[in-house]
Amino acid sequence: MIALLIRDLRLAVRAGGGFGLGLAFFLIVTILVPFGVGPEGAILARIAPGILWLGALLACLLSLDRVFQLDFEDGTLDLLATSPVPMEGVVLVKALAHWLTTGLPLVAAAPAFAMLMQLEGPGQYWLMLTLALGTPALSMIGAFGAALTVGIRRGGLLLSLLVLPLYVPTLIFGAEAARRGAEGIAAGTPLLLLAGITAGSLALIPFAAAAAIRMNLR
Amino acid sequence: MNRFWEFANPVRFMSWSGRLLPPLTALAALTLTVGLVWGFFFTPQAENFGSTVKIIYVHVPAAAMAINIWIMMLVTSLIWLIRRHHVSALAARSAALIGLTMTVIALGTGMVWGEPMWGTWWAWDPRLTSFLVLFLFYLGYMALWAAIEDPDTAADLTSVLAIVGSVFAVLSRYAVNFWNQGLHQGASLSLDKEEHVADVYWVPLVIALVGFGLLFVALLLVRTRSEVRRRRTHALEMRERMADA
Repeated sequence: MIALLIRDLRLAVRAGGGFGLGLAFFLIVTILVPFGVGPEGAILARIAPGILWLGALLACLLSLDRVFQLDFEDGTLDLLATSPVPMEGVVLVKALAHWLTTGLPLVAAAPAFAMLMQLEGPGQYWLMLTLALGTPALSMIGAFGAALTVGIRRGGLLLSLLVLPLYVPTLIFGAEAARRGAEGIAAGTPLLLLAGITAGSLALIPFAAAAAIRMNLR
Repeated sequence: MNRFWEFANPVRFMSWSGRLLPPLTALAALTLTVGLVWGFFFTPQAENFGSTVKIIYVHVPAAAMAINIWIMMLVTSLIWLIRRHHVSALAARSAALIGLTMTVIALGTGMVWGEPMWGTWWAWDPRLTSFLVLFLFYLGYMALWAAIEDPDTAADLTSVLAIVGSVFAVLSRYAVNFWNQGLHQGASLSLDKEEHVADVYWVPLVIALVGFGLLFVALLLVRTRSEVRRRRTHALEMRERMADA
């Protein structure tokens, strides 16, 4: 499993596009928002947690079709299915690799992006904390969507249609916790619920995603 | 119990559903007519609401069906995954479009009612929002069915989606409660609490609910039967092509 993780990370970094693309997309969204809503700092700071969460979610979505697609096309997935590692483990590792290459950079860059959005002080750390807690769930749920659509050519749009409704609770709790934190209100409840969604996704979704992959390979 | 599952045999299904369909359709038409006509023309206008209250006879049953159809799809998906009855998978597929239509009817009638009553076509109220999310779930489910060519794989994958989707639909339902305060009134009917609707409205509403339920079952049988037939013609075509080759 560790070998698989290292292989996936290597592929993501070396194949080009995958690693930096999500971050660049996040940056562009953050830059475009002020053009759309105007440069007033107060408004930007108010909508910053929501916009940055949305940006992170879309950046995550952008790279999802890579999670299984290439391995499915060149037959690697068939080999993995016959290997001693259970498919659930493969899915978990793939989602982890996806998070390490898209989620983690977003978390690390969040304070800088928050600064661009005029979000100062504790709001930056709240944003970083909620993204750190929430993006693993985004990767995991996304891996499930990718597993469902792996057999479909040009399934990218379908993947978004399937995955975005599943992101609703994560987005609500994540953005709400970040907003409350930035405004200085107690944010413990949404934060715990967000952590709960992440924990539940990590525990249960690998089984559903692995089942979907087996169905696609049959 | 084994005798029960025999109803899911496609041949048996076609025979009993064909016999059941005409009386069921008639019954659905009758209850719907009684419920709606009673509701529309023979109930008093409510204080503060005027005649707009009558939309309840379409809105509430459609909303209830939208949710129940998803639950029914969850159950038939599970039956497909566990017992591999093709009729079950086809029933889930057939139900999706009806569920989507019911969701649209509920949203549409709600908007028509909300404009004069709340002064707005749309508000980001928890109930409204969760119905919009349910609408997206139906869309995704149907899109996945349409995208996969192999019918068994499609049935498998959409079943998994229905199961995972149900969990997230429930999560979303409570998440939106957390996210915004409601404008929508409480439940119109409930089994354990005191009724929110006065008795004069209650009876036609229940009849309309039953009517919508029967209508759904009739539509579901029609659609499932046509799915079975489509699969049969497909099999025949394949056989002919094999014979030609």
